[in-house]
Amino acid sequence: MPTHWKDAALKALGIVGKPRDFFYRHRAWVRVAHWLNAVCLAILLMSGLAIFNAHPALYIGNGSDFQHPVLSLTAMQDREGSLTGYTWIGGHPFNTTGVLGASKENGQWTMRGFPSWATLPGPQWLAMGRQWHFAFAWILVINAILFFAYGLWSGHFRRDLLPTGRDIAGLPHEVVQHAKFHFPRGEAARRYNALQKLAYVFVIFILGPLIVLTGLTMSPTMDAAFPILPWIFGGRQTARTIHFLCAFSFLGFFLVHIAMVVLSGTWNNLRSMLTGWYAIGKENDHG
Amino acid sequence: MGESSRRRFVARSLAAASTLMLGGCYDLSEKTWFTDALGSVERLTRRAQHLFAGPHALAPEYSKADIAPVFRANGTLDPGTPDYAAHAASHFEHWRVTVTGLVEKPLSLSMAELKALPSRTQITRHDCVEGWSCIGEWKGTPLALVLAAATPKPNARYAMFYCADPMTAEGDPDHYYYESLALAEAVHPQTILAYELNGQSLPVAYGAPVRLRAERQLGYKQPKYVRQIDLVEDFSHIARGKGGYWEDLGYTWYGGI
Repeated sequence: MPTHWKDAALKALGIVGKPRDFFYRHRAWVRVAHWLNAVCLAILLMSGLAIFNAHPALYIGNGSDFQHPVLSLTAMQDREGSLTGYTWIGGHPFNTTGVLGASKENGQWTMRGFPSWATLPGPQWLAMGRQWHFAFAWILVINAILFFAYGLWSGHFRRDLLPTGRDIAGLPHEVVQHAKFHFPRGEAARRYNALQKLAYVFVIFILGPLIVLTGLTMSPTMDAAFPILPWIFGGRQTARTIHFLCAFSFLGFFLVHIAMVVLSGTWNNLRSMLTGWYAIGKENDHG
Repeated sequence: MGESSRRRFVARSLAAASTLMLGGCYDLSEKTWFTDALGSVERLTRRAQHLFAGPHALAPEYSKADIAPVFRANGTLDPGTPDYAAHAASHFEHWRVTVTGLVEKPLSLSMAELKALPSRTQITRHDCVEGWSCIGEWKGTPLALVLAAATPKPNARYAMFYCADPMTAEGDPDHYYYESLALAEAVHPQTILAYELNGQSLPVAYGAPVRLRAERQLGYKQPKYVRQIDLVEDFSHIARGKGGYWEDLGYTWYGGI
C-alpha cells in the first residue's frame, strides 16, 4: 500500500495526529478469525437452540431416561387454554412462562423450549436448524484449525496467551483490581493480563475442543468411527448435556467479554479488533 | 470525518449488519441457492464421516444391563390400514418382503423364510434426529445376506425401502413411508431386517413384523413395516426425489449425523 494511502486510512480512523500512543495489537489473521468466530458462534448458538427445541430435555448416560431428565422445558395448558411454561431442573419446576417452555411466536402463545427470538430459524423447523448448524460448524472448525496452526507457528499462543509464572503470582492482585473495575492502562495494556490469558486459554483450548468433540459424539456414524468418543464423555446423552453446557459457557464468556470491552474502552477495543491499532494513551484514557 | 460522526458511522454499520444477519437468516432459509449451498455441506459431511468410519466400522454395542426399561416408540405407532390390520390379525403369516429392481434374482420372502436365514442379535443405541436415544436388543437377518441371495446388478447404487404405514393423503407420491440407503450402508454387518426387540416378536408400534436397523444412522433412516426392497441406480424420479419421506420434507438424505 502506498504510504500516503496508508496515512489517509490511518487518519480517517483517528490513529494519527493525536497525542496518543498507538500500537499494533491484533494482526490481520487474528482479526479475521475473531469476526468469523463471532458470526459462527451466534449462528451456532441460535440454530443449536432450534435443534434443542425438537426435544427440549437433557439426560445423563447413553440412553434417555425420559422420567428423569436433568433439565427439561415443558408447558401446561389450563382449561381456558392459556399456557404456562416450566423449566425443570433435577425434578424441580420453575415457572418460566414467556421465555422457556411457553412463549409467544408471532403474537401466538406456543409450546416451545426456547423462544423464537433466540432460535434460528425462528419457527420450529428442525431440518433447517440442523442445516444451519452443520454448515457453520464446518466454518468454525476450519477457522479454528487455521487459527491453531498459525497461532502455534507464529508464536502467538506462546508469546501472548501462555500465562507466565509472574502472571500466576499476580493473579490475586489482578482479581481484586478487576473487581474494582481498575483495568491495566498505559504500558501494562500492551500485553494481556493474567485473567485475560486464562479466559482466552480456557475458551480456545478447553471449551472450543470440548464443544466440537461432544457435538461429534452425537453423530452415530462418528461413534462407529471413534467408539472412544461416547466412552470418554460417559454416553451420548451426557455428551449432549455437556454440549449444551458448553454452548451456555460460550454465551457467558461472550457476555463477560462484551462487558470488559465496554468497561475498558469500547471504541479503543473495537478499533483494535477492526484495524489492529490500540491506543495505550494516558493512564485515565477511556479510548 | 470527525470523531463522533465516525463513531456514529461504525455504530450504525454494526447495528445494520447484525439486523441484516438475524433478520436475513430466516429469509435465507427459504432461498433455493442458499439451501443448495447447505446441501453441498451435507455432501462434505457425508464424505468426511465416511473417510473416518469407512464401510466397516461398527456402531457401539452395549450390554443387557444397558437396555432401556421402556423403549420409546416413535413415528407411526400403527399403520391402521385394513390390509395391515388383517396381517396383524393373522400374526403376519402372509407378510412378504420382496427384493426387486436391479437384481439378478428377484425375491419374495415370507417371515418364516426370512427367519430361517442366519440371524444377528445386537444391543444398540437408537438415536432420534430429535436428540434422544434408547438402547434395545434387536434380532434380525443381515440385509447383506438377503441382497446377496438376490445378487445386485453392478449398476445398483441404492436400496429403497417401501413400507406399509401411510403418511400423507391417498394418491400422494409418497403416500407410504419410504427410505433409502447407499448400497454400502445396506450391506454393513449391523444393517439387519429386525423381527425381534428385546427377545420378543417385534410389536406393532416398533414396526411389526419387520423393520430395518441401520445402526450408524439416525432413526428416520430405519424404516418400519418393510414390504419391499428395491435396488435402484438413482432415486431422483421417485416420489419427490429426495430419497425418503422425511428427506422430501427437508431433512438431509445423509443421516449419519
